Amino acid sequence: MSKYTEDDLREELKTKEYEYGFYTDIESETFPNGLNEDIVRAISKKKEEPEWMTEWRLEAFRIWQDMTEPDWPNVNYEKPDFQAISYYSAPNSKPKYDSLDEVDPELLATFEKLGISLDEQKKLAGVAMDVVVDSVSVATTFKKTLAEKGIIFMSISEAIQEHPELVKKYLGTVVPQKDNFYAALNSAVFSDGSFCYIPKGVKCPMELSTYFRINQAGTGQFERTLVVADEGSYVSYLEGCTAPSRDENQLHAAVVELIALEDAEIKYSTVQNWYPGNSEGKGGVYNFVTKRGLCETNAKISWTQVETGSAVTWKYPSCVLKGDNAVGEFYSIAVTNNFQQADTGTKMIHLGKNTKSTIISKGISAGKSQNSYRGLVQISPRAENARNFSQCDSLLMGNECGAHTFPYIEAKNKSAQIEHEATTSKIGEDQIFYCNQRGIDTEKAIALIVNGFSKEVLNKLPMEFAVEAQKLLEISLEGSVG
Amino acid sequence: MLKINNLHASVEDKAILRGINLDIKPGEVHAIMGPNGSGKSTLASVVAGKEDYEVNEGEILLDGENIDELGAEERAHKGVFLSFQYPVEIPGVSVTNFIKTAINETRKAKGLEDMPANEMLKLIREKSQMLEIDRKFLSRSLNEGFSGGEKKRNEIFQMAMLEPKLAILDETDSGLDIDALRIVANGVNKLKSKDNAVVVITHYQRLLDYIVPDHVHVLMNGKIVKSGGAELAHELEAKGYDWIKEEVNA
Repeated sequence: MSKYTEDDLREELKTKEYEYGFYTDIESETFPNGLNEDIVRAISKKKEEPEWMTEWRLEAFRIWQDMTEPDWPNVNYEKPDFQAISYYSAPNSKPKYDSLDEVDPELLATFEKLGISLDEQKKLAGVAMDVVVDSVSVATTFKKTLAEKGIIFMSISEAIQEHPELVKKYLGTVVPQKDNFYAALNSAVFSDGSFCYIPKGVKCPMELSTYFRINQAGTGQFERTLVVADEGSYVSYLEGCTAPSRDENQLHAAVVELIALEDAEIKYSTVQNWYPGNSEGKGGVYNFVTKRGLCETNAKISWTQVETGSAVTWKYPSCVLKGDNAVGEFYSIAVTNNFQQADTGTKMIHLGKNTKSTIISKGISAGKSQNSYRGLVQISPRAENARNFSQCDSLLMGNECGAHTFPYIEAKNKSAQIEHEATTSKIGEDQIFYCNQRGIDTEKAIALIVNGFSKEVLNKLPMEFAVEAQKLLEISLEGSVG
Repeated sequence: MLKINNLHASVEDKAILRGINLDIKPGEVHAIMGPNGSGKSTLASVVAGKEDYEVNEGEILLDGENIDELGAEERAHKGVFLSFQYPVEIPGVSVTNFIKTAINETRKAKGLEDMPANEMLKLIREKSQMLEIDRKFLSRSLNEGFSGGEKKRNEIFQMAMLEPKLAILDETDSGLDIDALRIVANGVNKLKSKDNAVVVITHYQRLLDYIVPDHVHVLMNGKIVKSGGAELAHELEAKGYDWIKEEVNA
C-alpha cells in the first residue's frame, strides 16, 4: 500500500473520461471477418498447431454452430453479428525476447500508460508477466526462474507446442467444448492465452500475472487459460485488464479452466477494467466469460474478482468440488455505473463429502446501471456434510440503478448446511454529510464508503492488486453522486 | 468568532429558524436550550452547512467571513465541528481510518502534507486515553453496533483529534450514563481554550453541571427568546419552559 498515496488518488479522480482510452498503433495481421471451418483451420495453421488441436477446434466449431446464444442473463444488448468479427489478430512480428530492451518501444509505451511498466513490475512486485496484447504473447518474463522449480508458465500456444501431453490431458476437462455457446466459440477460435503448470509439491514462489488488452478495432478476443496445480502444489494467479475506448462493441469470450489436484491450492484473482462504454451507454466491451475450477480431494480454489469495466458482463467463476474435503471460495466486487449491465456470480457444485464453499459478493450500482448476482449452490446426493455460506450485499447510489439477486440452492443431501445472507443498502445523504462535516469532500466520502463496503473482498486480493482495485473502484464511481 | 445575524432558514418551504442572532467570542461556552422542535438541531445543521436547509435571510459569519456559500467540508476545514445527535454508521471503515482521512483531508485543504503516521498514532493514543477509549474500539467500523454512549464518545474523540475552532455539541448528553457523561464533559473541558468556542445544545441542565456555560440561550419557535448566564439553565431545570412561553406571549 505504501506505493500509493492519496495524492495519486486525487490525480486519478481528476480524470473524468476512461483513462486508458488510447490506441496503440502496432501493425497487426488481421484475418478477414467471418467464421467458418476454413477460418478455424487457418487459425490453427497460423499457430502451427498439431492435428489433434485442429480437430479439437473443429469439433467445437461444429457444436457451436448448432447452439444459440443464451438469453437468460438479466442483461439487454444487441447480439453480436458473429460473421462481422475477425477471429485472428496478432502483432506482426513476434520474436521471443530475452530482455525488455528488444520489445517494440511503442508497446512498452502502452504499458507505461497503463502503469504496468514491465521493468518496474519485475523489480517491484516479483511478478512474472505473461503479457497478452491482442491475441499473441509478446513478452514472457521470469520464465527461467520458474523453470528451475519446474513451473511451466507460458502462452497456451507455446504450451501446445512444447507440452502437448499436458494440454491434451487437461484442456476442456473442466469446461468442455459443448459447455455453453461462448465456451464452444472460444474452443473453436481461441487465439492465445496462458498456460500454467505447477509440479507436485511445489509452492510457486511468486504471483503469476497476466495483463490482457484488446487492441484491434472489431477484433473479438478469445483468450484461453489453463492452470494445472499438481498434487500438493500452490499457485496464486493474477489477471488484470484494460482496453482502449472505442465506439463499436468489442466481444470478449474467454475461458479459464483451473485444475487443483489432490491437496493443491489455486488462488485466482482478477481485476477487470475494460471499457464500459461512455456515459450515454455507447460502446464498451461485451464480456462473456466462462471460468471454472475443479477441486480434487483436499484441494482448494479461491476466485477473487473486482469487476469495474465492460458494458455487459456475463460471468460466473465456479468451483466443482469433486474430491472429499475440497474447498471453493468466491469473493467478488462488481461495480456498474452509467449504462453498464452485469450479471455475475458463481456456482459451487458440491460432489465430495465434507466439501465447503464460501461466497461473498458485493455489488455496487450507480447511474442507470443494472447489477445482478446470480449464484448456484448445488449439493449432490453423495456430498455428506457439505457446507456453504453465501453473503450477497448490494450498495445503491442514486435512484435510477438496479440491484438484483438470484440465488439458486439445490440440496439433495439432508446433511447439507447452507446459509444465505443478503443486504441492500444505499449511500445516504446523511453519510455524505457526516463525512463532509469532518472535512471529507463528497468524492472522497463515496470512495471511503465504497471501500468500506468492499473491504472483505479487497482484503482477499494480493497487496499490489488491492491497491489497483481500490483505485479502480474510485475511478469507476467518479461523479456518480451529486 | 461566530456571529449570526437575523438568520432565517427553512426546509422544504417550512420556516424553522425565524431570525436568530448570536455572538460567540473565542474562549466562550454557549448553551442553547429549548423544548423539542424549537429549531436547536436545525441551527446546528445550518451552521455546519447541511444542504437540505435553505437560508432565506440573514448571515453566518465565521471570523468575520460570510460562510453561507461554503460547502460543509469547507466549513469543517475552517474549524467548524458538529458533534451529531445521531452519528451515522459507515460499515467497513474503522474509526482510525475515518479520523485519519478526516485529518489528512483537512490538512490537504490547508496545503499541508499528510500527517506522518507516527505522529498520527501518537495523537490517537493521547486522545483516546483522555477519553478513556479502549484501543480495540478504534479498529471497529465507524458507529456500527456502537452503543449510544460509544457513539457520543467517538464524536468527542473526533473533536479532540480535529481540534476545531468552533465545536457545536448537539444533544451530546443524550444516551450517556453518568460516568460516560463525566468522561465526555471532562474531554470537552480539556479541549477548551481561550482561542476556541463551544456551543452546547441540550434539553437538560445535567451536562451543564460539567460544562459550565458563560451564556445560556433559550430557543423557541425558531427564535432566541431569552438569554442569560449559567443560572438561567438552573432556573429552566427547576421551572420548565412554560414560564418563558408566558413571558414571551405576554
